[in-house]
Amino acid sequence: MQHLDELIATATKAIETVNDAAELDQIRVEYLGKKGIMTEQMKLLGSLPNEQKPAAGQAINKAKQAIQQALSQRKSSIELAALNAKLAAEKIDVSLPGRTQLPGNIHPVTRTIDRICEFFGELGFEVKTGPEVEDDYHNFDALNIPAHHPARADHDTFYFNPKLVLRTQTSGVQIRTMEVEKPPIRIISPGRVYRNDYDQTHTPMFHQVEGLLVAENTSFAELKGILHDFLRNFFEEDLQVRFRPSYFPFTEPSAEVDVLGKNGWLEILGCGMVHPNVLKSVGIDPEVYSGFAFGIGVERLTMLRYGVNDLRSFFENDLRFLKQFK
Amino acid sequence: MKFSESWLREWVNPAIDTATLAEQITMAGLEVDEVVPVAKEFSNVVVGHVVECGKHPEADKLQVTKIDVGEEALLDIVCGAANCRQGLKVAVAKVGAVLPGDFKIKKAKLRGQPSHGMLCSLSELGMAESAEGILELPADAPVGQCVRDYLSLEDVTIDVDLTPNRADCLGIKGLAREVGVLNHLDVVEPQWQDVAVSIDDSKAIELSAPQACPRYLGRVIKGINLDAETPLWMVEKLRRCGVRSIDPVVDITNYVLLELGHPMHAFDLAKIDGDIDVRLANVDEKLTLLDGNEVALTEDTLVIADQSKALAMAGIFGGLYSGVTSETQDIFLESAFFAPLAITGRARQYGLHTDASHRYERGVDPELQARAMSRASALIVEICGGEAGPVVEAVSAEDLPKPAEIVLRRAKLDKIIGIHIDDEQVEEILARLGFTARKQDADWSVTTPTYRFDMAIEEDLIEEVARVFGYNNIPNTAPVGALAMADHQEARLPLARLRDTLVDLGYQEAITYSFVDPSRQSLLFPDADALILPNPISTEMSAMRVSLWTGLIDAVAYNQSRQQSRVRLFESGLRFIKDETAENGVRQEPMIAGIMTGKAHDEHWDLPSRAADFFDLKGDVEALLSHTFDLNNFSFEQTEHCALHPGQAAVIKHHGEVVGYIGAIHPQFEKKCGLNGRTLVFELELDKVVNRQLPAANAISKFPANSRDIALVVDESVESGKIIKFIQKIGGNQLVGVNLFDVYQGKGIDEGFKSLAINLVLQDTTRTLEEKEIADAVDNIVAGVKSEFNASLRD
Repeated sequence: MQHLDELIATATKAIETVNDAAELDQIRVEYLGKKGIMTEQMKLLGSLPNEQKPAAGQAINKAKQAIQQALSQRKSSIELAALNAKLAAEKIDVSLPGRTQLPGNIHPVTRTIDRICEFFGELGFEVKTGPEVEDDYHNFDALNIPAHHPARADHDTFYFNPKLVLRTQTSGVQIRTMEVEKPPIRIISPGRVYRNDYDQTHTPMFHQVEGLLVAENTSFAELKGILHDFLRNFFEEDLQVRFRPSYFPFTEPSAEVDVLGKNGWLEILGCGMVHPNVLKSVGIDPEVYSGFAFGIGVERLTMLRYGVNDLRSFFENDLRFLKQFK
Repeated sequence: MKFSESWLREWVNPAIDTATLAEQITMAGLEVDEVVPVAKEFSNVVVGHVVECGKHPEADKLQVTKIDVGEEALLDIVCGAANCRQGLKVAVAKVGAVLPGDFKIKKAKLRGQPSHGMLCSLSELGMAESAEGILELPADAPVGQCVRDYLSLEDVTIDVDLTPNRADCLGIKGLAREVGVLNHLDVVEPQWQDVAVSIDDSKAIELSAPQACPRYLGRVIKGINLDAETPLWMVEKLRRCGVRSIDPVVDITNYVLLELGHPMHAFDLAKIDGDIDVRLANVDEKLTLLDGNEVALTEDTLVIADQSKALAMAGIFGGLYSGVTSETQDIFLESAFFAPLAITGRARQYGLHTDASHRYERGVDPELQARAMSRASALIVEICGGEAGPVVEAVSAEDLPKPAEIVLRRAKLDKIIGIHIDDEQVEEILARLGFTARKQDADWSVTTPTYRFDMAIEEDLIEEVARVFGYNNIPNTAPVGALAMADHQEARLPLARLRDTLVDLGYQEAITYSFVDPSRQSLLFPDADALILPNPISTEMSAMRVSLWTGLIDAVAYNQSRQQSRVRLFESGLRFIKDETAENGVRQEPMIAGIMTGKAHDEHWDLPSRAADFFDLKGDVEALLSHTFDLNNFSFEQTEHCALHPGQAAVIKHHGEVVGYIGAIHPQFEKKCGLNGRTLVFELELDKVVNRQLPAANAISKFPANSRDIALVVDESVESGKIIKFIQKIGGNQLVGVNLFDVYQGKGIDEGFKSLAINLVLQDTTRTLEEKEIADAVDNIVAGVKSEFNASLRD
């Protein structure tokens, strides 16, 4: 028995010094293989007296099991070490930037238009667009601005010829809509408009959003209500707002709406009750229906909302500017 | 319109401060642009009397004076003004005075002479930009009185931006009426004595165009002294309303213009040949205007004429020949009503805009002529002397504007405003504005005043009531409406979806001007016949764009010159194409376009650094088009486009219809357009790419898919896309995937040929495909491409 204990001890020692799966396998073959040491021991059993055989055989099997266990343990630890080494080698710098194309941005003017259309869209206002090269009928006459009306002179209109202009306002879309639709009408119409004026506070092209509601019973009080709601939503705060009487040929009563900014009152939109002549020009009876309309200056609102100082920067398309509107 | 607050307060004087007054009239619809003090701050300046005035012993241009300022001792003051003289009343800044600009007056010696103060000019008192000489005060100015008090300088100029409908407020009289209404106060008009008629001289007046001029008053005043000084009080009032003093007659007509809102004109009587005819201009008639310009009059221009010639353009501008000059002794004074329609547009037609035309085209009270004439005559005789003749009035009563009769219904008033305003309040507002309102049951029958040209319909009255009541006193209520659902189309892609896709692919949205530089545009699109603006902001902004590329290229160049080398921009908007068949002769088509330049990726620690090329942009366009769920029916075909690189240009078609273009900007244009390096562009007609297929779901096959790779060798000129499309077409239902995964030229492939490696995926929905079926299908495809493209299988 002494002999077997020594064998186990020698084998265990050999197993513990090995660091490699192949070498470990060699040791397994040396002890447990077909021609291995333990197999030889079993062969020696035959030479023992019969009554000793069971005990001796049991002892050899025990020794084999001990060696087998030592081998298994060592194998696990070698594999674990190998795995750990592999994982260690695969370590990366997780702080490096990923491979991607970061998104760009929607233009701030579009962003404002989208927000406005969303607010009014939720109230059932349908988005309509119209031509930018417009005839003088839709841009002026149908809006109660006949030829020679002083308001025409105030518009700094770009004319192609006396009958054809770049629209000075989105209000023409009101007419185009009312020509084909019957009340109740709720529309919102964003788009480019043009005035022949270029300085720090004017660009020859800018954006308006026109709104129109025509129904059997609507009033100036409702116009005020909806615009107050709009401005509170747009700025997400209760800015001071005032409705100041003004004059537009296509609305009456008319108002301009100012909000109180850091440097005093700022005019941001014009509005009013649709003038009966406008309703008549599209075949809507002003005795039955009334309407309100408003025209929102998109750039002004965007400047106020996001702190833009120079109107012209909207059309320079400088990436350093555009990238600020995430 | 600029006016002096203190002048207004002579008419109506509410107990409110300046800021409140300005706020009040703004909120009544007369928007105050600016409130400016009539003089800058200064102190310790008093009226002085020049007791002695002599030459400075050491300096030619200086004078040594002794000034009485009402104190025991006279002040020694050295003065450099040429108009300083003995006996003059002057404004004296005493030692210790502080003038505008924090200029402190101290005891001084000028070239050895003591100077204990300063004699001031208007500009030194901050009352004018510049001034010649010192301010000369009237002889009766009380010595020692504070100049600020004497000149009533605690006053402001209020500039109101009047809307075109409010011609009635183009004078103190009208403004005072508004302020009276807002403060429930009566307005007090100034009183004066009509001048006595002391001579018989007069001119007969003929109204040859009575519709254009239904009322004309004329009067001769003889023997006036044009050397008379306009009194300081008048000069000051004019100045505070933004009008410069010229000569007494002009000053007086301007004064009446500002006070009553009524334009007047004075002619030199000696230059008038016979009587007056107010008529339309004759054919080929010419007139030299007061500014010296000769104009050819059109036949719709109203003129004031004598027996032989036109003297003035009525209501717009006087004539040079008949104008009052320093030689004038006798004048003919005009006070007329010209109909707005006769004046509107005429001034602009001649490039003119005058205080008179501004008022006449908006409407001057047709009942005010006699009063204006009386006021001007009284002032002229008072200031310039002279003898007045009788007032001759020619009138065509039937052509005078009639006051409107309007019924204001209580129900309509409440409906439009959305709130009930008491009868008493409505009636007070109307009455103070000058309307006559007679109650009829619940409604009113209203007669409008002659000065309100903007009153014609019921809504006009409703607006008056609402604005005086105060818009801010009207409640805010939520609109009530029917909850009707609008029509929606799922098959139509919203533009926002395309925009968002491009944004997610790294593009910034741009907005460029719809008008571009015509030379730049015709460089890229030589055949385009763009719509041109005859009066643009500048030539560079004069051609309507026929493509969004021109603006986007400019935007790229702008960024490249600002150290931004990697640029991806897109824009959506209209292009403008002349087309006789379209409304107004122009097709206005919504487009979406993009531009790409610089590196394919931002500099990255791992990604290869390479320039963006055609396929980077094409991939993005494919991503856009994939939203149609119909990408397979779009094709990119080699094409020629004048703006694009001949080898890198494709037309994009959908079922054979052109929907857009993509390519690299032709290198010959890069430098001319200010571009630095390869620039890629695309443009799609929006309406042709926003119709999407609606999903029609199929059951997913339970049977295995079979993947086979083939390598085809074809002539290098054959477009790969056509081969793929062809395979998809002939592949049958079992061919569920075709993917070109390699393109190879070089060793093993003959010169002029290329090898395309294509993966085919075959699958049936009802069974597992047999090996032979798969092989047959592949063979069929190979045979097909062989006969169609002369392609062979690579060995």
